[in-house]
Amino acid sequence: MTRRGRLVLFLAAAAVVAVLLVAAFLGLPQFGGSHHPYGDRAVRAAFAHHTANAVAAVNFDQRAFDTLGEESILFAAVLGAMVLLRQTTGERRRPPRRARVSPPIRRLGMVMLPVALLVGLYVVAHGQITPGGGFQGGVVVATALHLLYVAADYGALERIRPLSPYEIGDAAGEAAYVVTGISTVLAGSAFLTNVLPLGTFGTLTSGGTVVLLNAAVGMEVACGVVVLLASFLDQAVEIEAPPGNNGAGPAEAAGGGGNA
Amino acid sequence: MTLLPYLVAGWIFLIGVYGLVTSRNLIHTVGCLSVTQSSTYVLLLAIGYRDGGTAPVYAALPKDARVVDPVVQALTLTDIVVGATVTALLLALVTQLHKRHGTVDPDELLALKG
Repeated sequence: MTRRGRLVLFLAAAAVVAVLLVAAFLGLPQFGGSHHPYGDRAVRAAFAHHTANAVAAVNFDQRAFDTLGEESILFAAVLGAMVLLRQTTGERRRPPRRARVSPPIRRLGMVMLPVALLVGLYVVAHGQITPGGGFQGGVVVATALHLLYVAADYGALERIRPLSPYEIGDAAGEAAYVVTGISTVLAGSAFLTNVLPLGTFGTLTSGGTVVLLNAAVGMEVACGVVVLLASFLDQAVEIEAPPGNNGAGPAEAAGGGGNA
Repeated sequence: MTLLPYLVAGWIFLIGVYGLVTSRNLIHTVGCLSVTQSSTYVLLLAIGYRDGGTAPVYAALPKDARVVDPVVQALTLTDIVVGATVTALLLALVTQLHKRHGTVDPDELLALKG
């Protein structure tokens, strides 16, 4: 189909979809209205389990089983990206070149790295009482490590980040979530029921299993993002295409079309 | 009754699909898919909004405070995580496509197949 034909087809379809969407929006509850039956019940359930952050209560207590699925999607995606971005036959690894970084940026990176790391761990640990939690904090922790790549170079990052512990950490985070669920079954209730002592409302130890599940997710997300970014950075920095097929611009693509 | 927040979500969805249809670069296509998906964040949060409501985090709030719906916020978090993983996987696929076929233009890829 020509580009023009495709665009015309899209515009016609989009007009129909737009009309249907507006018709559906007219039937939605009024924006800003006060009728939120599920929200009110979720807040009451969060209070009952002494979890100050109602969003964390929904994610790690009321919908804890769904979050296991969500965590598994993340785990599978990291695994898939690693398989897709592996070093294929014919590709060579070259040592990363040393990069020149201006001293102010280097100093700023070195100062910010521990701060960012601490903020990430704080966000993971306080998931049950403040906005945040394992998913958000895990990403901050992983990003903090990559300040090394910005402030120094890829060699420095690779020295501080041997990949295998992070791969193990990724799997351990996923496993810790399942193990927590199995322990609640062994304690005599349903899978992932909040059976731990609930603690005092609004303190670091409140929320029962929410704390454990947050930590498990934080560990998995942090390690998973490190592994994921490492696969992409390897492709960009270290892995070299086999000779004769390097980079393949449009001209080469046209030439190589015959054997593709 | 204001429809504007819902209409914004619908508009983001359609503009994302427009980008998908007209894209000439698969990296751009993946970006457009993220835009399309972000319309669901806007829609979910718009449904959960309550006039004058604050974040449903009670650490520093009285227990009868007026808050927005925490259920849709939790769903949005799930949505974002899944979106990020899908983006990562698709970008990995695009990287490999570029290595094998030397192009990231979807139209040229069709030509190579035939």
